[in-house]
Amino acid sequence: MPNQIISFRLNGEVVEIAVSPEEMLLDVLREKMHLTGTKRGCGKGECGACTVIFNGKAMNACLIPAMRAKGADIQTIEGVEGPGGLHPLQQSFIDKGAVQCGFCTPGMIMSAKALLDKNKSPSKEQIREAVGGNICRCTGYVKIEEAVEDAARQLRASAVKGGDL
Amino acid sequence: MVQNYVFPATVSEAVTVLSTNRGKARIIAGGTDLILELQEGKNTCDVLVDLTQIAELKNITEENGFIRIGASVTHAQAAKSELILRHAPALAQACRKVGSLQIRNMGTIIGNVVTGNPAADAAVALACLDTTAEVTTLDGMQTMPLEDMYAGVCMSCIDSCCQVVTHVRFPVKRTGQGSAYLRMEQRKALALPMLAVSALVSLDGDKFEWARLIIAPVGAGPQHALDAEEFLKGAPVSAATMTEAGQLARNQAMFRSSAIRGSKEYRMGVLPVFVERVLQAAVEDARRA
Repeated sequence: MPNQIISFRLNGEVVEIAVSPEEMLLDVLREKMHLTGTKRGCGKGECGACTVIFNGKAMNACLIPAMRAKGADIQTIEGVEGPGGLHPLQQSFIDKGAVQCGFCTPGMIMSAKALLDKNKSPSKEQIREAVGGNICRCTGYVKIEEAVEDAARQLRASAVKGGDL
Repeated sequence: MVQNYVFPATVSEAVTVLSTNRGKARIIAGGTDLILELQEGKNTCDVLVDLTQIAELKNITEENGFIRIGASVTHAQAAKSELILRHAPALAQACRKVGSLQIRNMGTIIGNVVTGNPAADAAVALACLDTTAEVTTLDGMQTMPLEDMYAGVCMSCIDSCCQVVTHVRFPVKRTGQGSAYLRMEQRKALALPMLAVSALVSLDGDKFEWARLIIAPVGAGPQHALDAEEFLKGAPVSAATMTEAGQLARNQAMFRSSAIRGSKEYRMGVLPVFVERVLQAAVEDARRA
């Protein structure tokens, strides 16, 4: 059984793709689906650059066997932008200067989004726990934390207004 | 080289697949360690037998006076579980320390034991909780005390090519009991423990009825601080007792100097303080209940 066709939900759309038993989800996303927003950093689950949201939870795509994607609901950075433009997290990362070289940014945003999807009023500690598995070598994390707080504020405000971001 | 990847629906189906493949098939749960071992060539198999779709292994339950944890329960799941928070704060505290949130969302508690690492956070907490594993093979289910699961440093007695650890279980918390876990680390996330301690205490008024005190990494699997445990039996619950227990814990602490975990001398120096603090936290938990 070298390859098996699996289907899963990727950024809201059902996709079908042939994967092999030893392949990781990260390779399928980058090499087969050409979604290169999800980065390969360490390849060992230690840097968080490959973070995706897998069934609602932040996980390292470099450690997820591709076969396990069968039937899963997966979000990558490519699916974060809405029809009305950038997601508040993306805009806040830009506005607050939380992006420098940018390599960690997709993973950071996915980790932060997994948090904000469930909790729009996170404490500093909860934000730090959420992005604690994402290593950034440029910014020193302060601006990233500010960006996540800022995005949470915007999401709360839009929820009050009844908007849908 | 992995040639096949299967998702059995039941435990019996899983052990049948293992048996049919005669040592060439291997269990995978979270996979956070196994995937790296396979990529680095430290481990090999033809077939991966994935436990994550087996319904009966996904839960934490209370049954007949025990808390029972299934093989696909992740660290994140346990850290938030009301049953674990109520009956085993030591385990919840340990689970919050593993790797990063992404790793905790994937890695399993039972995997933390089966990989055999002596300072694996969840395993250190489980050791103080008097944990038993349920191990299934084609011949049926056997129970195995957690202490018997270690064959050496980073070596497990479990052969994942023919055995499945389906559950671990430990007794529910009784009145007067409390537990805690504490580790020393270089940073707050993605850091190996330099030193890990866990304690389960049973108080009888102002005295320790008994205490289980675990230290790691000082040998094959989490180790009991035997002299301190003996000293604590019947001892008054006081700052002086806990300080003395900390000193006695050194008797069973055979640290090795390590570039990753720190020097033997340094860790020997801080061990008594960690023992004292973990005992204080366990006593607080016991009195809170």
